[in-house]
Amino acid sequence: MRYAMVIDTLKCVGCSDCVVACQTENDVPIGYCRDWITETVDGTYPNIMLELKSERCNHCANAPCVRCCPTGASHIVEGGIVLVTAEECIGCGACIESCPYDARYQHPDGYVDKCTFCHHRLQKGQLPACVSVCPTKCMYFGDLDNPNSEVSLLLKNRKHKTLAPEAGTDPHVFYLT
Amino acid sequence: MTTSRRKFIKISGLGLGGVFASTSALNLFGNNSPLTEKTVQKITKNLKKTATYCEVCFWKCAAWAHSDEQGNIQKIIGNETDPHCYGRLCPRGTGGVGMYSDEDRLKTPLIRTTIDGEETFREASWDEALDLIASKFKDIKEKHGAESFALLKHGSPGKHLEHLFKAYGSDTIAEPAYAQCRGAREAGFNATFGSWVGSPEPTDIRDTKCLVLIGSHIGENMHNSQVQEMSDAIDNNATIITVDPRLSTAASKSQYWLAIKPATDIALMLAWMHVIIKEDLYDKNYVKRYTTGFDELKEHVQNFTPEWAYGITTIKPEEIIKTAREMAHAAPAVIIHPGRHVSWYGDDTQRARAMAILNGLLGSWGRRGGFYFKEKISVPKYPHPKYPHPKWDWTDVGEKFPLAQMGITTEVIKCAIPSKDNKYPVKAMMVAGTNITKSIPDKKLLEEAIDELEFMVVLDTMPMDVTGYADVVLPECTYLERYDGIRSATNRTPSIAVRIPAVKPKYDSKPGWWVAKQIGERIGLGDFFKYDDYKEVIEWQLEKMGTSLEEMEKIGVKHYPRKSGPMYLVEGEHHEFPTDSGKIELYSKELKNLGFDAMPLYTKHPEPPQGFYRLNYGRSPMHTFSRTANNPNLNALKSENNLWVNPKVARIIGLKTGQSVWLRNQDKITSTFSIKVRVTERIRWDSVYMVHGFGHDNKKLSRAFGKGINDTQMVTKTMVDPIMGGTGMRGNFVEIITEDPHKTEVI
Amino acid sequence: MIQEELFTSGRNIPNIDPSLEIWHWPIAVYLFLGGLAAGILFFGALIYILGKEDQYPAAVKTASIIPPIALSLGLLALVYDLTHPLYTWQLYTTFRIESPMSWGAWVLLITTPLSFIWTFSYYREVYPKLEAKLKMFKRFNFLNSFEKFTIKNRKNIAYALIPLALILGVYTGILLSAFNARPLWNNAILGPLFLVSGLSTGAAAIILLSKTKAEKHLFGKIDLGLIIIELALITHMIMGYYAGSQVQLEAMQLLVNGDFTLMFFGFVVILGLIVPAILELIELIGFKVPVVVPALLVILGGLIFRFVMIEAGQLTRFLY
Ligand SMILES: Nc1nc2c(c(=O)[nH]1)N[C@H]1C(S)=C(S)[C@@H](COP(=O)(O)OP(=O)(O)OC[C@H]3O[C@@H](n4cnc5c(=O)[nH]c(N)nc54)[C@H](O)[C@@H]3O)O[C@H]1N2
Ligand SMILES: Nc1nc2c(c(=O)[nH]1)N[C@H]1C(S)=C(S)[C@@H](COP(=O)(O)OP(=O)(O)OC[C@H]3O[C@@H](n4cnc5c(=O)[nH]c(N)nc54)[C@H](O)[C@@H]3O)O[C@H]1N2
Ligand code: SF4
Ligand code: SF4
Ligand code: SF4
Ligand code: SF4
Ligand code: SF4
Ligand SMILES: [Mo]
Repeated sequence: MRYAMVIDTLKCVGCSDCVVACQTENDVPIGYCRDWITETVDGTYPNIMLELKSERCNHCANAPCVRCCPTGASHIVEGGIVLVTAEECIGCGACIESCPYDARYQHPDGYVDKCTFCHHRLQKGQLPACVSVCPTKCMYFGDLDNPNSEVSLLLKNRKHKTLAPEAGTDPHVFYLT
Repeated sequence: MTTSRRKFIKISGLGLGGVFASTSALNLFGNNSPLTEKTVQKITKNLKKTATYCEVCFWKCAAWAHSDEQGNIQKIIGNETDPHCYGRLCPRGTGGVGMYSDEDRLKTPLIRTTIDGEETFREASWDEALDLIASKFKDIKEKHGAESFALLKHGSPGKHLEHLFKAYGSDTIAEPAYAQCRGAREAGFNATFGSWVGSPEPTDIRDTKCLVLIGSHIGENMHNSQVQEMSDAIDNNATIITVDPRLSTAASKSQYWLAIKPATDIALMLAWMHVIIKEDLYDKNYVKRYTTGFDELKEHVQNFTPEWAYGITTIKPEEIIKTAREMAHAAPAVIIHPGRHVSWYGDDTQRARAMAILNGLLGSWGRRGGFYFKEKISVPKYPHPKYPHPKWDWTDVGEKFPLAQMGITTEVIKCAIPSKDNKYPVKAMMVAGTNITKSIPDKKLLEEAIDELEFMVVLDTMPMDVTGYADVVLPECTYLERYDGIRSATNRTPSIAVRIPAVKPKYDSKPGWWVAKQIGERIGLGDFFKYDDYKEVIEWQLEKMGTSLEEMEKIGVKHYPRKSGPMYLVEGEHHEFPTDSGKIELYSKELKNLGFDAMPLYTKHPEPPQGFYRLNYGRSPMHTFSRTANNPNLNALKSENNLWVNPKVARIIGLKTGQSVWLRNQDKITSTFSIKVRVTERIRWDSVYMVHGFGHDNKKLSRAFGKGINDTQMVTKTMVDPIMGGTGMRGNFVEIITEDPHKTEVI
Repeated sequence: MIQEELFTSGRNIPNIDPSLEIWHWPIAVYLFLGGLAAGILFFGALIYILGKEDQYPAAVKTASIIPPIALSLGLLALVYDLTHPLYTWQLYTTFRIESPMSWGAWVLLITTPLSFIWTFSYYREVYPKLEAKLKMFKRFNFLNSFEKFTIKNRKNIAYALIPLALILGVYTGILLSAFNARPLWNNAILGPLFLVSGLSTGAAAIILLSKTKAEKHLFGKIDLGLIIIELALITHMIMGYYAGSQVQLEAMQLLVNGDFTLMFFGFVVILGLIVPAILELIELIGFKVPVVVPALLVILGGLIFRFVMIEAGQLTRFLY
């Protein structure tokens, strides 16, 4: 089992629904977020390239945040999901410093929080909240270990990239381009 | 642990289907994942689900409001079976929780009063406020006639008040969704196909092979199922052609982005027609069987060559020809999208006509992948006495505009200004669910009119700008806290949806139906409101429709079979279009007879003078007009609008991204607030762009006050559509001011 | 043409956007105090093992009061900067071999008590007057036997302190260099650099406290050597950025040609290293220089260096 998220940038409209859905699903306090949208514009009018992307923790296979955590609060569970146990987190911020994607934040209650791939929903057999709400259906989620899963097939058949691969974290959120 | 893809789907189907014991759910994945306390809490938390439909915009997506034991709304999730949303709300719908939780909401009725010579509001009881309103209703009727009490409304509360006003004897009713929004396209398509486009638009986007968006900015315009279907179209490799002077989101997803010079769309469309006819690319059978006026059209567009259009639109002839061929190649599975907010340049009905004619030539109306024949089910009317017949109504107010099919807001507003040739004096006004100071242009006119009113009452959920002008402000509870009318809308197949309160109204707010009933009873119209709770009305109606409130509470949306016949034209079969001729009117006799051009013509519109830029505006996907600017969830995503400026302009004026500037328009109106610049290649050098709905004036909006510029404030010049009265708003020019123009007087 | 890259969902997370501000001044202070303590402990233990404690009493005895205080304050500063401090004990429920933070926590857990014990073993010898007032040994009898025990074990403690001090000193740098994600920190030289800088501040502190010319002289020489190594390492560090990726080049700009240039070159390199080096050199040649000046400059430079690295490092990122 290796969970991964695949996001089709050709369809994403940058609406931020994934951000709001995450917020209401995961009680993310207003002013914080576990996922966010970036816009990249390149070119000169009227030859312009525009890319919109929904970003979040990449659930890196080689996760520096987990490595640097002194208490083990940051850990990896079944399926490669990187989680933080609030009750073990001292709020030292090392993991925040270590994440090349700035995917973590300090929850106002003190512990560090981030995308969980909606672990609690997976337990119920539901897709992550952001995936299930996205109006363009540009987000896919599933098991990379299964060669026939939607995510595996998409990565097999479509051009894709990950963010900052040079950081060497082996991210597991993929972007179709 | 191995969970195959197939199993995953199956489980997720289960999960979405309903509640199932969390313990067994945990076992599905084995218990080898250590669950954190929070996760366990989340998994075991049981939320109550209440059927509703969204009111954050007018797409009315059916949804489930999830609330916890404490009566807090936790989240709102789309109803899986709903054709408006297919189980996925847009960001605004998902963020609807903020409409409910916004602590700046109106909390009690307010009455205008004077303390120490200064006008202010004081809190009042509902009884006091309603008594006062009732006395004004009586007063106005006695002194001027019921017709002089006008209603400006939008959305669900409007329905209830419309009933009140009609019972009272006034049909002086209008909403911004006509003259400031869709009116021109409805007039244009009606003149061509004999029917409105309507809402939701019957565009068969999911099956289209070519989607042509002329200014329609789906993706920023988040009308839900359209966004979803556009994404399906991308998956299906449909060709998307976007005509927009700005690189809209949709344009960035298009194979062809025609970066048109603003206000020249009709020229482009005439050239398209020219190419399609000249190259014999039109649907000959369809044109022959279903249309009239082809020869006149052929003659009409003969000289409108791509080269001619190039000079006007700046779009290269090859591009025009290539895109025309693409459309024809895909026909009839092609959609020249009618757009929605079309009050642009005053010749908007004609621009809509051009779109309609193109669809007619390509045979896409009534075809798969084009426009389907929509259908809805009618909701039986709850019995009430006959409405009295007003002496005059919105039709009379808008009589100058022969094809206006709804009240024209600006005309109703003008009626409030006394003059000797004002035959239809408006003396009092109720405003419900519309923030007219932001949605209706020409603030001077508006303020002048409001000044003349004897009485003005506003029903709103938020202390929006418009409430500041009222004599009485009534706090409505949000859509999540009330019953409302049954939603029945046009779609591929008929369906209905209900709105049931998920939680009790917060503060001292009340539902719109209750307000209408209370006023009605106080002015002797109790017979029109024979129910204690609007629930009874819905129960009665649902019963008649073969269902029940009980069933609807469980399913939220109910589907009905089509009765009007097939969704698409049947090959070779006769079809009567609801026009005078029974055919699609490429040449409109109706327009001709009324003294308008029977076929669209390009007319040149003014261009920005030296140092000025055309003010372009549009939507942010995370906001609805002005209503969500203060919504805590959505404000966190976008708290102010930005002024898009081309780098060339930025260089000339010396602007930097993030810098605050002010705007002054051609009529010397200076923006109250400033706006932060965004230097971007996405906008042309002759225009600036901003998202509509910001720059709030009311200090009570703690998050939205003073953030960004209100585009409507800059729209003081309107180009009125002579056919249906739409107020074209894209002919305003602004200059960019880098020094605060408001601080000078102080020193 | 401009390239734009922006957040469209209004990301404005406290302490994260637009740039990280997760670690504040306490972390810089913590790293500085850790380095300082490591330096003093290292020299103290080494000289003791070499059997020259009477020749260089400041290094072994007088200055020994600094490490326990510095480490305690440092720990306090660290905990002060935690956002979930009530859970600090979680640090000691596990040892994470890959986490420098965990290493630091454990090294401190061992070093701090050792440094207290070390100081305690010299307490009556160095501060007889204080003891005369406090009369601790009279009041708590067991202190006598404990003192005996510590004095007997001085050698063992010193043997333990040498590697611990080195680990502590290196750790203060590795803590930062382990962060791949912050291009300014992601430089293997940071470990040795911080160690050397810590030793140098330690030497400077000893100079300040020493009363004998010989001791001052020795540590002046040591410090001079350390400064030279440090300058070499800083050059090396900058060269490393030059050879690095785009993000590292940008990170370097902060130090070389940006907001931190004055702080870095002015205060750290020139005032904190080159000037004291020259002064110490002049002194060694035989001219009379008040040694307090270079020593103070070194200590101050060391502190500012850590501030600069913490602040600037958090401004550098991989994306956006
Ligand atoms: N300059 C400019 N003007 C425009 C447009 C533009 O793009 N630019 N767009 C035009 C278009 S397309 C349209 S459709 C119109 C829309 O115009 P409006 O419908 O007026 O839009 P909003 O500004 O959202 O105002 C809605 C008001 O209803 C209130 N409200 C929200 N929910 C409820 C409720 O449940 N009950 C009650 N009683 N009130 C509620 C809100 O607080 C707000 O005051 O604006 C038009 N005007
Ligand atoms: N998120 C969100 N979605 C909404 C709404 C909302 O408030 N928020 N409101 C809903 C409502 S009621 C409506 S009416 C619709 C409106 O949505 P649309 O019908 O899509 O709105 P328009 O104003 O027609 O389109 C704006 C686009 O027109 C472009 N444009 C400007 N001038 C010209 C021109 O001269 N020619 C051409 N070809 N393009 C031009 C602008 O650059 C911009 O991209 O949106 C609906 N959807
Ligand atoms: S919800 Fe989907 S379309 Fe919208 S921003 Fe997120 S990923 Fe993109
Ligand atoms: S994205 Fe950041 S937080 Fe997520 S696993 Fe990778 S390094 Fe850790
Ligand atoms: S902040 Fe919490 S999760 Fe992050 S490294 Fe420190 S203890 Fe671990
Ligand atoms: S997977 Fe869940 S936690 Fe992660 S961004 Fe999506 S909604 Fe948020
Ligand atoms: S489109 Fe969005 S805002 Fe409009 S009704 Fe649907 S969910 Fe609500
Ligand atoms: Mo609209």
